[in-house]
Amino acid sequence: MKMPTPDQTVLARRAEIAAALREIVPGEGVIDAAEELRAYESDGLTAYRQPPMLVCLPSTVAQVSAVLKYCRKNGIKVVPRGAGTSLSGGALPLADGIVLGMAKFNKVIEIDWANRCAVVQPGVTNLGISDAVAARGFYYAPDPSSQIACTIGGNVAENSGGVHCLKYGLTTNNVLGVELVLMDGEIVRLGGKHMDAGGYDLLGVVVGSEGLLGVVTEVTVRILKSPETARAMLLGFPTSETGGDCVGAIIAAGIIPGGMEMMDRPAIHAAEAFVHAGYPLDVEALLIVELDGPQAEVDDLIARVEAIARARGAIYARTSTNEDERQTFWAGRKAAFPAVGRISPDYYCMDGTIPRKRLPEVLARMAEMSKRYGLRVANVFHAGDGNLHPLILYDANQPGELERAEAFGADILRLCVEVGGVLTGEHGVGVEKRDLMGTMFNENDLNQQQRLKCAFDPEGLLNPGKVFPVLHRCAELGRMHVHRGAVRFPDLPRF
Amino acid sequence: MSTTLRPETPAQLREAVAWAAAEDVQLELRGRGTKRGFGRPMQTEHVLDLSALAGIDAYEPEELVLTCAAGTPIAEIETLLAGKRQLLGFEPPDLGPLYGGADGGTIGGVLAANLAGPRRVKLGAARDHFLGFSGVSGRGEAFKAGGRVVKNVTGYDLAKLVAGSFGTLAAVDMVTVKVLPAPDKTRTVLVFDLDDAAAIAVLVDALNSPYEVSGAAYLPTAAAGRSGVEYVRKAGVSVAAVRVEGTAVSVAGRCAALRTLFAGRGPVEELHSMNSAKLWREIRDVAVFLPDREKAIWRVSAPPCEGPRVARATGGDWFCDWGGGLVWLATAVAGDGGAAAIRGALAAVGGHATLVRAADPLRAAVPVFEPQAPALAALSKRVKESFDPRRILNPGRMYAGV
Repeated sequence: MKMPTPDQTVLARRAEIAAALREIVPGEGVIDAAEELRAYESDGLTAYRQPPMLVCLPSTVAQVSAVLKYCRKNGIKVVPRGAGTSLSGGALPLADGIVLGMAKFNKVIEIDWANRCAVVQPGVTNLGISDAVAARGFYYAPDPSSQIACTIGGNVAENSGGVHCLKYGLTTNNVLGVELVLMDGEIVRLGGKHMDAGGYDLLGVVVGSEGLLGVVTEVTVRILKSPETARAMLLGFPTSETGGDCVGAIIAAGIIPGGMEMMDRPAIHAAEAFVHAGYPLDVEALLIVELDGPQAEVDDLIARVEAIARARGAIYARTSTNEDERQTFWAGRKAAFPAVGRISPDYYCMDGTIPRKRLPEVLARMAEMSKRYGLRVANVFHAGDGNLHPLILYDANQPGELERAEAFGADILRLCVEVGGVLTGEHGVGVEKRDLMGTMFNENDLNQQQRLKCAFDPEGLLNPGKVFPVLHRCAELGRMHVHRGAVRFPDLPRF
Repeated sequence: MSTTLRPETPAQLREAVAWAAAEDVQLELRGRGTKRGFGRPMQTEHVLDLSALAGIDAYEPEELVLTCAAGTPIAEIETLLAGKRQLLGFEPPDLGPLYGGADGGTIGGVLAANLAGPRRVKLGAARDHFLGFSGVSGRGEAFKAGGRVVKNVTGYDLAKLVAGSFGTLAAVDMVTVKVLPAPDKTRTVLVFDLDDAAAIAVLVDALNSPYEVSGAAYLPTAAAGRSGVEYVRKAGVSVAAVRVEGTAVSVAGRCAALRTLFAGRGPVEELHSMNSAKLWREIRDVAVFLPDREKAIWRVSAPPCEGPRVARATGGDWFCDWGGGLVWLATAVAGDGGAAAIRGALAAVGGHATLVRAADPLRAAVPVFEPQAPALAALSKRVKESFDPRRILNPGRMYAGV
């Protein structure tokens, strides 16, 4: 993975920069000791490691603003970081850049029950928000599987999803406002407790911008009343086709389940061996369908889903009869990644989205690739929204296996795009999928995205090397190659 | 002389915008023209008529996505979706009648204005259902963003930015939107004769309940008296309305639960099917409740509990949707049309006000969109320049210089 070439003049000034940052963030807010920097060398995508030049841990908005202003003036690159759980390398440091750690912003500022929102600092964990509002029966809907550790600031950067986003949306659909510090130190507020943007919806592009546009210092999220009840079903199928058909049929019947997950045989077996969730082992595909909402509705829909599943060839069906059982059904799915970790020294988690109807074809071609690369693959799948998580099993200690796993993963993502899908459904582009952006977007598409980046960060100092395969200077992107009179008056209908 | 360019293909659209960019010609982007009065008055030389870029490209009910040309009429889309018992979850309003014109806008127009109806409280606004698009930037370059699947985080979410940009960033030719199953049944619980505070309390309790409310509006006495729904019109008092949608058994159960929740607040009534649908269409499209053609119309977005207080700042006629978070307000056109009073009241609570309808002089004199803090205004201007450096696409429609 090629990262921007470190700027030797910046590296040569390291001690001076550390001193200047200590002026802004006194005490233990600046880390420069090599052994301490190592804690920041990687995020959830552990295949890539790079200790940063320095780490800065501000605790106030004024400090964030002053640090960014200083870095801009001195041409220093900045990599923002929450809990460092990104699976796409979004928080991978740069050798000549500082990591701006937001962990000290860990307070819940306000819970506004009447307006159904919570105002929190970006370092509060995803689960921390739900915990803070649970006493009155509320929760925060997006639930990425790292929710115990990942921060809401990171969720905003990555537009994180989770198993419930078919019904309740991604982060972007559940955030009402942010306070954002720009690279020049300016502080802007986007949105608030009201429900739509005045002016351009800049909040909409900041969410999911992977730390390239600004540093979020406060987040206002929508909170929801917990559903009256939730019940889960396990549905087993003899083939992945019949399982996929069933998912389509449920949606076609007008039912949007709270969660609808699918696992293939290797994933089922790994999960069952690990947590003993009671999964059937003689099926090729297992669906976990959760219906949540008012009691009467859930009972009604459970019966309808079971009928649909039977008609579509389900050979196994079981419905949770109490909360413990529901949790057990989910335990296997939620432990799928570590379960796969037990059967392989390493695994590499992919994140493409496909039109769901192409699932059988995609699984078949993935199986072919698996043979060709000589690497096993287990599939877990947010079935409702077509978001695949193939887990490629490999052993990093075997020479060449990591490279093979990466090549296999890239082939899977190319396949996702080829069938009409996208490179990433919820993990982000980061460094991981950066060089594949050209399979989905052409030069015009990518240039327009980078022009937007220029409006926020004209020097390209915020998280460079992520998302975009080729970095252009803003001046070059802004140039317009038009020649007066050279473009013919368009030959099209006029009135 | 003013010319109307009416491209029939994406290639012609690109050619038209490239020509305008090369010649520094400003364009007014128009679909079916139902919302031409929305925004600051413009003096563009030419009209770019996008209505010929119409038609369905792909509809995949089981994938919950629809791809169509931006000039496709909403009515055509709704008919198509209804055939598969689906709908646009954000319940697009038809503001045609509010401007005294015909109804029937396009999907591109609804997205450009980021309009959303009562179901906003449950399912989000137009921007939340806008998955991807292709179009032409003010540089005359064709580009695309987003995707054609419901879950995607690849690259910046430019669809969100283009939603609500009123055609100032790109001329969009193709859009992909999320579609959702239509509910089997709809019912509305009405609570009568509440003052503002009591009405907001009813809406808060409804929205904070687990009953998945999909509409929460409050009609003060004057507005309620104009409803086409007899139960509402003849009540002679204010009316709070709460909607539930879903399967028959679920809707009946939730209505009963809501009635229990509202016990003792005021007289309660239930609207079923036709009456319920009619009331929410009136709320969605605004015109019925604020019919006075001489009045200026404001749209106020505020923290839901603060809506009525902001509305009362002018003494104008009003009603609110989104649990109080969306206020529609009619004011006298004299002076600033109520701008200072409304925006003064908003300053204390947060939110923004838009002068949705007024004669050109008032819309030229008063900021139509909420004035922004300097750093944000500067950023918005840079964003505009990143798409349309020569300011040829709907110049000044949102803000002067943008």
